[in-house]
Amino acid sequence: MSIYQTHITDVLIVGAGLAGERIAVEAASAGHDVTLLSLVPPRRSHSTAAQGGMQASLGNCAMGEGDNSDVHFADTVKGSDWGCDQEVARLFVENAPLAVREMAIWGVPWNRVVAGQRKLPDGRMLEEKKEKEGLITARDFGGTAKWRTCYTADGTGHTLLYTMDSMVIKMGITVHDRTEAISLIHDGEQCIGVVARCLRTGDLRVYIAKTTVICTGGYGRLYSASTNAVINEGNGMFVALNTGIIPLGNMEAVQFHPTGMVPVWILITEGARGDGGYLLDKNKYRFMPDYEPKKKELASRDVVSRRMTQHIRAGHGVDSPYGPHLWLDIRHLGAQHINTNLREIANIARNFAGVDPVKDLIPVRPTQHYSMGGVRTNKDGAAYGLKNLFAAGEAACWDLHGFNRLGGNSLAETITAGRIIGKKVAEYTKDATLSYSYKLVDDAVKEQENRIKALVHGWNGKENVYDVRNEMEKNLMDYVGIFRNGTDLQKAVDNLREVYHRSLKIGLESNGEGPNPELAQALRMTGMVRLALCIAYGALTRTESRGSHAREDYPKRDDTNWLKRTLAYWPQDADLPELKYEPVKITELPPGDRGYGESSAQSKGGK
Amino acid sequence: MADRELTFEIFRYNPARPEIKPHMQTYKLKETTGMTIFVALNMIREQQDPSLMFDFVCRAAICGSCAMIINGRPKLACKTLTNTLPKKIKLFPLPVFKLIGDLSVDTGTWFRNLSLKTESWVHTGKTFDSAKQEEHMDNKTALEIYEAERCIECGCCISGCATANIRDEFLGAAGINRVARFMVDPRDERTPEQYFEIVGCEEGTFGCMGLMACDDNCPMELPLQMQLAFVRRKMASIGLGIKQESKIKMGIG
Ligand SMILES: Cc1cc2nc3c(=O)[nH]c(=O)nc-3n(C[C@H](O)[C@H](O)[C@H](O)COP(=O)(O)OP(=O)(O)OC[C@H]3O[C@@H](n4cnc5c(N)ncnc54)[C@H](O)[C@@H]3O)c2cc1C
Ligand code: FES
Repeated sequence: MSIYQTHITDVLIVGAGLAGERIAVEAASAGHDVTLLSLVPPRRSHSTAAQGGMQASLGNCAMGEGDNSDVHFADTVKGSDWGCDQEVARLFVENAPLAVREMAIWGVPWNRVVAGQRKLPDGRMLEEKKEKEGLITARDFGGTAKWRTCYTADGTGHTLLYTMDSMVIKMGITVHDRTEAISLIHDGEQCIGVVARCLRTGDLRVYIAKTTVICTGGYGRLYSASTNAVINEGNGMFVALNTGIIPLGNMEAVQFHPTGMVPVWILITEGARGDGGYLLDKNKYRFMPDYEPKKKELASRDVVSRRMTQHIRAGHGVDSPYGPHLWLDIRHLGAQHINTNLREIANIARNFAGVDPVKDLIPVRPTQHYSMGGVRTNKDGAAYGLKNLFAAGEAACWDLHGFNRLGGNSLAETITAGRIIGKKVAEYTKDATLSYSYKLVDDAVKEQENRIKALVHGWNGKENVYDVRNEMEKNLMDYVGIFRNGTDLQKAVDNLREVYHRSLKIGLESNGEGPNPELAQALRMTGMVRLALCIAYGALTRTESRGSHAREDYPKRDDTNWLKRTLAYWPQDADLPELKYEPVKITELPPGDRGYGESSAQSKGGK
Repeated sequence: MADRELTFEIFRYNPARPEIKPHMQTYKLKETTGMTIFVALNMIREQQDPSLMFDFVCRAAICGSCAMIINGRPKLACKTLTNTLPKKIKLFPLPVFKLIGDLSVDTGTWFRNLSLKTESWVHTGKTFDSAKQEEHMDNKTALEIYEAERCIECGCCISGCATANIRDEFLGAAGINRVARFMVDPRDERTPEQYFEIVGCEEGTFGCMGLMACDDNCPMELPLQMQLAFVRRKMASIGLGIKQESKIKMGIG
């Protein structure tokens, strides 16, 4: 018998970002006992980093006039390249305005409409109406027919998460931060909770619940260059995948942004290029006009990203200890312009890369940004494969985003899905009873204890966890990036398979005692490589281009064969996922032209 | 700064091994262009010492995880470039907060407590009605609230504060700023007297000794000094009012 602390609760939510906390609030309001787990204090979750905003068709500002849920729906479906579930998209667009307004009552200081005339940077004049003054306003985001993105200055994620967390605190909801779920406890049919590791002491703990919800965010950090927080390692997804029963949806759908700053991969917004900045290679040569004579640096996000990668592959990248990169040059815009209009960018460059863009070049490279795929759920948020299990937010494939997420639609997803799925979770839990066998729990803990022992003592081998990790990151970055082709993807799959076998032979270099970070990484590693294989293998198999999935060898979208969602399973003892498919639900809007041209196909993905 | 070799002296302690006393450990690293303490610590962990504990989440000065004492001052490690520092870099965990190990401290528990003590949520009788449009708010007010809400709970102000270092219950600049955030929010229906209950005491505004290290050390450049003055003034006037009232009640006014 093992000795461990056991916590029993009605609803267990793994992840305390916006999605997890919104569900917690809903379930607690219905009278349930709720426990939230998080790797970090909730307010440090990745959600806090979103600056741009959250889409909801309030239609208050002048440029949002006439907006409604139908327009939002059409934008979302086109954005997804018809890869999304239209029933879900409909639910989402109808509820997003409520989610935004509710956050206003709870405390978010949304920016408001100011009546009067205003001049836009491009010279257009705009008149905000007197009667709309003081209502929640919106800003422009790519891919939307109307200005729909509600925001609080440059800190939308911050104010949303702080407000949401204040509700969690007010309601007295139990939060165990610095606690990492490392496996699901289940009997093949029902999930009854998780085994977790305390990141303060290293001890194992058990959480048992009537209902478990995975809200662990995205997997950006599988790639060596990502704009994501360093804790976005896809935890909840591989914990689900590891059961062998729960499928992940559309893992090959990965969104990239052209200008992440090297070496910290912080986002440099498009404003820099919009204002006249250009890209240079290692010879200080401006290459974009060769590839895109018309639009140059201002071609859409995905196109610029692809051209940059192509140019680096052709050997024109600047070598650095962090891999090859290109330069962003804004020096010619002058100190005055840089220090006022591009202040944000200038500060980021100075603070995080130590370069002064007034006289220096900024090192940049296309960078992973968002993961559309995740734990596949139905429209109620219930995971496929196991009863009592739900998922929401970036960790889930509820399938609002299909193959490309629009900017501002993911913050909106976390809170809107949180409201909708939270209600379903509350209803579900009311009728659920808790019954489980002690042996099931004890075996689950033992399995993890054994894994830990094997890692600490190097029973399976002495592979270095960071070497394995770097290999995985590199393969995804080099071969499963912005644009893809059969040869490279095959290479990635072959290499990652090898990496996978190495991951099974990891042995620690340190002693693994207490809250040891090497052990934490080692415990995640095999799961992470499995996710990497789901991404690579899914991409290899999908012989078409849709949204962010751009195949050079299959440049067209193929609705005849591929209007379907990938479901990736991990059978026991396998070294490749098993892929199955299900049709995409089309209810209102049949596949058609996205309306922003082939070359801008997935350009409109969010900030 | 070309080709400097940096020497990091890092505080080590693992509570799981109390028999090993806290000590300093030295690591050497070749400096690279654009190297931050975030980049350096990760390199040390991956290449030299995988047991080293420290915290980063956003690595972009947004989440507040990575504050530590860098050459004597509390700073965000993710936005500290090594080329702004001498060749010898000394790293300690933040004081005041409970130590988890090496450079990692428990700010989460501290700040959740602070939220509970100051009841950091909008106190209102209104409930959400999904059929209704949102209430109007002046954009200026919205921006004012946001200004006070920009704190990322990194703990630099608390660690740099002499009072917080000697008095466990002191709310510190982060706490006082938090109260100010709700005071400027018209949606919060608390009365000045209710606020006085929270901050009109030695644990609140009156405990501050006025050394202002909070203001100097805030990586978000929040106007902590101003917030303190604002809350203090309000509290003082209410405090005097309350005194007056009790005098009247006691028949001595
Ligand atoms: C730089 C940047 C800017 C962005 N800007 C925008 C924007 O302007 N608009 C927009 O709509 N979207 C934006 N996004 C995307 C958006 O921020 C995210 O998709 C969204 O916040 C995800 O929220 P979440 O609740 O699903 O997960 P997260 O906020 O990532 O939370 C995940 C939670 O899970 C916890 N967790 C993880 N693993 C475990 C485990 N094993 N055990 C216990 N807990 C665990 C974490 O501690 C955390 O609390 C941006 C993304 C980036 C990278
Ligand atoms: S890591 Fe988030 S502030 Fe430094």
